[in-house]
This record gives sequence, C-alpha cells and structure tokens, in this order.
Amino acid sequence: MTPLLSVHGITKSYGGHVGCADVAFDLYPGEVMGIVGESGSGKSTLLNCMAGHLTPDAGRVVFDTRMDGPRDTVTMSEPERRMLSRTDWAFVHQHARDGLRMGVSAGGNVGERLMAVGARHYGEIRNKATDWLERVEVDPARVDDRPTTFSGGMQQRLQIARNLVTGPRLVFMDEPTGGLDVSVQARLLDLLRGLVRDMGLSAIIVTHDLAVVRLLADRLMVMKSGHVVEAGLTDQVLDDPQHAYTQLLVSSVLQV
Amino acid sequence: MYVAVKGGERAIENAHAWLAEERRGNTDIAELSIAQIREQLKLAVNRVMAEGSLYDPDLAALAIKQARGDLIEAIFLIRAYRTTLPRFGTSRPVDTAAMACDRRISATFKDLPGGQILGPTFDYTHRLLDFKLAADGEIPDAPLREPEPGDVPHVTEFLNREGLIEDAPNDETPPPDLTREPLEMPADRALRLQALTRADEGFALGLAYSTQRGYARNHAFVGELRIGTVPVEMEIPELGFAIEIGEVTLTECETVNQFTGSKTEPAQFTRGYGLVFGQTERKAISMALVDRALRWEELGEDFEGAPAQDAEFVLYHADNIQATGFLEHIKLPHYVDFQSELELVRKLRREAEASQLQEAAE
Amino acid sequence: MNAYNFAYLDEQTKRMIRRAILKGLAIPGYQVPFASREMPMPYGWGTGGVQVSAAVLTPQDTLKVIDQGADDTTNAVSIRTFFERTAGVETTTQTKSATVIQTRHRIPEDPLTEGQILVYQVPIPEPLRFLEPRESETRKMHSLEEYGLMHVKLYEDISRHGHIATSYAYPVKVEGRYVMDPSPIPKFDNPKLGDMAAIQLFGAGREQRIYALPPYTQVISLDFEDHPFEASKADHPCGLCGAKDSYLDEVIIDDAGGRMFVCSDTNYCTARQAAGHKGKDAA
Repeated sequence: MTPLLSVHGITKSYGGHVGCADVAFDLYPGEVMGIVGESGSGKSTLLNCMAGHLTPDAGRVVFDTRMDGPRDTVTMSEPERRMLSRTDWAFVHQHARDGLRMGVSAGGNVGERLMAVGARHYGEIRNKATDWLERVEVDPARVDDRPTTFSGGMQQRLQIARNLVTGPRLVFMDEPTGGLDVSVQARLLDLLRGLVRDMGLSAIIVTHDLAVVRLLADRLMVMKSGHVVEAGLTDQVLDDPQHAYTQLLVSSVLQV
Repeated sequence: MYVAVKGGERAIENAHAWLAEERRGNTDIAELSIAQIREQLKLAVNRVMAEGSLYDPDLAALAIKQARGDLIEAIFLIRAYRTTLPRFGTSRPVDTAAMACDRRISATFKDLPGGQILGPTFDYTHRLLDFKLAADGEIPDAPLREPEPGDVPHVTEFLNREGLIEDAPNDETPPPDLTREPLEMPADRALRLQALTRADEGFALGLAYSTQRGYARNHAFVGELRIGTVPVEMEIPELGFAIEIGEVTLTECETVNQFTGSKTEPAQFTRGYGLVFGQTERKAISMALVDRALRWEELGEDFEGAPAQDAEFVLYHADNIQATGFLEHIKLPHYVDFQSELELVRKLRREAEASQLQEAAE
Repeated sequence: MNAYNFAYLDEQTKRMIRRAILKGLAIPGYQVPFASREMPMPYGWGTGGVQVSAAVLTPQDTLKVIDQGADDTTNAVSIRTFFERTAGVETTTQTKSATVIQTRHRIPEDPLTEGQILVYQVPIPEPLRFLEPRESETRKMHSLEEYGLMHVKLYEDISRHGHIATSYAYPVKVEGRYVMDPSPIPKFDNPKLGDMAAIQLFGAGREQRIYALPPYTQVISLDFEDHPFEASKADHPCGLCGAKDSYLDEVIIDDAGGRMFVCSDTNYCTARQAAGHKGKDAA
C-alpha cells in the first residue's frame, strides 16, 4: 500500500536554534497521526513544513496525488501546491480567526472552497453550507451570520466545516482544541472523532494535550527539542512509555 | 425647459484667471522674486527638489511661487517638468566621504576624526518668535573658521574595521530606475531607497516615528548625520574619463541599529541609510529608520505586521503626487456611478419595504 | 507648446507604452505593468488614459473625449484641450466620426466599429483589490486563476441583499481566463464590452497598468447560475429625446424634489433630438 504522506528528513532551524531535525514517518490512508510535545518542541514547525506554510531547510514531503501519484510537495511549483491546499488538503488552525474570514458570513466561509473549485450555483452552495453547519452542530439558521457573533467553540466547528466541505484526503490540525473551555473541548473532540470515522479521514494532529491524541490518534510521535524521541501506537506509547521525556509527559497529566 | 450644464471650457478659463489674481495677492505689496524664495525659503526649496527628484533651486523656487506656497503642488510642477527632460546619461556615484561638510554630527561617539560640526541648525535654538524679524532681518556676520583639510571618514567605517557592523560591500549593479520602470514587488533595497528619498516627508516621518514607538522597533542611533556639498561627476564617452559637471548639497544619515544575530551572522550592528537632496535632515533620518525597518527579511527578523516593515504598504503610499492626485480625483463628477448606486439602493429599499408589508399582513 | 513632442510624450516613452498595449492585446484582460510618466495633470484624473491616447494617436486621427458620457464636462474639456494643444489633432463630439475615443465611466450608446479605439481611464485596475490589498498576492491569484474569493464577495451580496450589490466597476471574466475590472462604468454598459468591433484599451497611470480587449473578445460578467447578471438602468425614457435604450442621468430640477431623466451620452441625445425625437420634458 502506498503511504498517503511520506515524510523524509524534515529539518528546519531558526538562527542557531533548531526548529525540528531529521523527522521521518509514513502516514497511510485513513490513519490519524498525533504529534505531541511541550511548546517549543518543534511540533508546530514540523506541521507547517508539511503543510507548505514553511519551507524546510532539508527533507521531502511526498504526497500521493490523485493525478500523478507520489510527488514531493516541497519542490513542486507553487500553483500545484496551492491547488492541493484548496482541494485535497485542509488545515485547521488553533485560533479559528486564523482559519476563517471573520468579515464573511458562515455560509460564505463554508462555500469559499466550493467556489474556488468552480461551484457557480448560489442555491446549491448555500444548501451544502447549511448541511455542513448541521453536521458540525451549528444552528443552520445562523448561515448568514458572521463568525464574529459565534462563540469560540462554534467558530472552531465552523472552521472544521469550511475545511471538510470539499472532502479533503488529508487534514492538518494545529492544537484544534487549544484555547477552548474544557466542556467545549469534549464536545469538539466527540465531533472530530465522529467525522474522522465517518469520512475515513487521514489526519495529522499537533497538540500538547494527551487526551486529544488518546481519543483521535492511531499512532503517536513524541517530540522534544526538535527531535522525535519516541513513536508508536498511541495506546502503546501512552501506557508503556519508554523514553524518559515521554514518561514525564504521561505522569504529569491525570490518567485519562 | 431643462438645459444641461454647458460651458466647461469658459468656466475653466475663468477659474484660472481668478487663481492667477489670488496668487499675486494685494498688488500694493511688492511681488516676491524667485531669488528671494531661493535664498530665504531655502528649506522649502530643498524639500521641493528632494521630493520632485530634480536638483534645481531656481526651478524649485519658481514652482513654489507658482503653487502659492503649496509645497506638494510645487513638487507636482517639478515632477511634471522633469519627466519631459531628455536624459543624457548617468552620473558616477557621489562620494559622500569627500563631502565638504557644513554639518556633521554623531550620536554614537563623543569625538571622532573630522570633528563634530553643528552647522546651521535649529537644534539648540529656543523656539521663541523673534519679533525683530517682523521689523527687519538685519543680522550680524557669523564667525568664520578654516575647514579641516582632507576627507571626513564615515563613523560606520570605524565600526566596520572591527567587524562590529554588518558589511556593506560595493555593489556595481546599476540600480533600477523608479521613474523609468514600473514599481514591482518585491523591491530590492536600491529601489526602496530610491522611493524613500522622494517619499513625502510627513509620511516618512510618521512611519519612522512609529518604529520608535514600538511598531517594528529597531533601536536606532544616529551613527552620523552630515550635510554638505559633493561634486557630481559624469563619464564622457568621447573623452574617456569623468569630468565634474557641478555640485549638489546632500543630507546623509547613517543609523547604527541593534541586532542580535541570525542563522548566518553573529551579533553585530546593522545599518539604516538615508540620502536626500539639500538640507533635509528630518527626512534623511526618517528615511534611514524606515529603510532599516524594511530590511527585516534580509536580516532574518520576524515580520511583526508593523506598517514600516511592509514594503508594499510603504512604497505604494509614500509618493505624495500619486496620493494627492487620487485623493483629489473624488472631486471629479461621478454621477454615472452614483446613479447606478441610487438605482440599487432604491431597489433594495423597495424590496425590504415590500417584505415588511407582507410580514405585517401575515 | 512647440517645445513638446507630438501628443506631449517623447517617442521613447510612446514606444514603451505601445509595447505594453501590444502585450495587453496579446493577453486579453491581463494587467501589463508599465512605467507610467508624470503627466501635467494629477494622478487619478485620467493620466493612464491620456498616456494610452498619446501613444496611439496619429496626426490623421479624430479624437473624442467624454467624461460620464458627456463631451462638455470639465475634465473632458480639459483633456480634449490638452490634445488640441499638444497634438493638434481634429476633435469631435460625434461618436461615429471619432477614430480614438477617450472615456471616463461610460461606453457610448452608438455601437463602435472596426478601426475605432476606445481608451478607458482606470482608477484601480485590480478587480481583487478590495478583497486583498496586497499587489504581490493579487498578481499571484491572477496567475494561479484563484478567483474563489471574488465569488465569495458576490455570494455575500446575495446572502445579505438578495442581489449582487455591485452596480458599477462590475467584474468580468475575459476569454475564460482573466478576471478584469472594466473601470467604473455602470453595469448597464457591461454587455457592450464583449464582442465589440473596436479595440478597447485601459490605462491606469497611478497604478502603472495597461490592459486591453482586442476586437470581438468574449467578456462575461461574473454571476451565479441562479442569480444571473442583469444590466440595469433607471426605468424611464429620456426626458429630452425619448430614448428608452440609453443610460440615464437623474437631474434634480427644483427644490421641491422634482427630477427628470436624461441620456448620459450627450452626443447620442442631441443626435436623436436633431432627428426629430422628443421626450416629455423637451421644449
């Protein structure tokens, strides 16, 4: 089976400081990979290098494209990479306002990716947007309201709807539950778990919250100072951590 | 019967005649001569030369007179004249180390070779209205001193010898010409400096000030500010060597900015640069601060989202002739567009009223 | 004015502008950067149109200048006078006998013909500008044909107002490729842009851009399948000539709010009146 995403030797540094160093892994279709570590461990740098927001100093990010099979997205042309990010890829930001157009209605936010790939029927776009609002548990009557009038949890769910509307094959998530109240987090996690299962999504989730990966991720990578110190099946890593840093991480949170 | 407004041509002619009369003012008062403006309103003349990008004090004085003292209008006159002039060639780069300095100060060293020269500055004047000037402008002669012989080396050269400041190697690439090629992004430093040297003084000042208040703060010291004359030389192909074709007064400001090092460079100071026609030091210092802020990318700094870091924002809005033209064009008739907006607003209101009526009926 | 070259600009500059025009004609709807010169009139007052006209004018040409459809508005008069002085070309107010027509905000009502050139003055050439202020970003959007955001704007209009609330400078797509700003003409004029027999040139002086539509180019106003574009105008006949097919200005005629509607194209209106057509407000 061809991996959906194959990452080789990704390295990025800032000045003398290491962002992430020599990271490699494969992600197979339908798999959810969790990347955990404390802030500054390099997990967000790694995610941004994979999603094309940062150019790595070295390494390859090979994606199995629909048309041409595996391609290195670091060296592909910008038009091709942009096309990927608005069709087969999705990116859920930690802060919903980074991933939403705050001055555009909820319907317009969800409809943008549809229009970007050629949808030209207002009624259909709107219907699809309304459907998606329902799927992410936002009242469809709010379709014409701007996200500025939404609560933090609703904004985050709207961001997810906006990303998933075109049926992407790979979703990058950067601390998707960060900055939300605990009760809101639980609801969002439930929703994400349902969507991942129903849509058979492949995803890479960066988080410092072990509860998130316990619930969503099939596999786990633990990062410290830019390096992967431990990787494996989620349960295995969390229940029987081998590396001292992982042990520290696991013991520092209440058992989940 | 309705008759559409006509006679634009006569209206324009009459407006011009009135304008000429207003410009002259009360004819009981003696008319201002170009020489008077050139000699006594020198800083206005300098600004018009700098932002008009044309070094000619007499033409700048004429423009100020014709523009009734509106300096942006005067700059506009100079620009429109300048663009019609034939171009004979390009001068050699001027050597500011060989400047005959009227003023030369450093904020980073108390004393230095070449000395500190205050020169004709407002800096330490007390800003009290001098009512004697209202009566007569007679002044005593200022004391004279022999200039020190030899070149005046740049302060940054002393720092460079120790490797304490980033190197600024000679670059022989001919700079792009903002007045002959469209401004396109990304703009390299030569192009940015070109745009800044003729940027609106107020705009440059505001941006520079914003960097000092924390919008892309870069801890600038005035390493050196110098004002004086330099010879301008031009290669004459027929002669095979360069000859001096005149001299210009310039203000040059080099700032020394804190910098903590990057991926490739150890900690050292960095440079901001300003060079402007005439005695125009507020502008030259502003230019150096903005130049330094715009260099964030090549120095590996973070983009903080500050206006002074944003080359597109700075360069596309710094030109006061472009800005004033577009700003003032909204005085022109727009009734066709307005009419279509009227139709739309009426239509939307009709529909809103109709739906309200329907709701009320239900 | 003898000190100046024919049509003010020097030949080098004209050559540079002509190259930009040719490139624009070769890539319809694409904004070609050009080194706009400072003109003796302010930026925003037609410097782009004036430079394009200066570059295409020949001594045999007959020039017409309109602003808001009219030959006698002050800025039209000022630009016409400029070319009378600097080029000495014939000028006219008749659409039919002009070879070059410089316009601000209108397309003449009489259909243009082969051999004519229509020069538009353009304030903001970038149709995406008010969605994305960065030039480097909008150029990328054009080159990658990323026009989703443009439709988001139209979508928002409909969800808020029930209609696309753009009434002038209504964006178009040229030959299925570039989204283009037709300059601030009312959307009533948009259908005339496509398949036109004349050459259409667009000049933006301050923004340093030239773009063009060669004759018989496909130009489509952006819309949705279920909210199609419609050209609209005041629902009246012209008060002076009775025309029902022309774009109308609304004129307030007394302080009791009385108003009448008259053709914005003054040449069209006077020609109709001369041919005996009469509206209800005509003497």
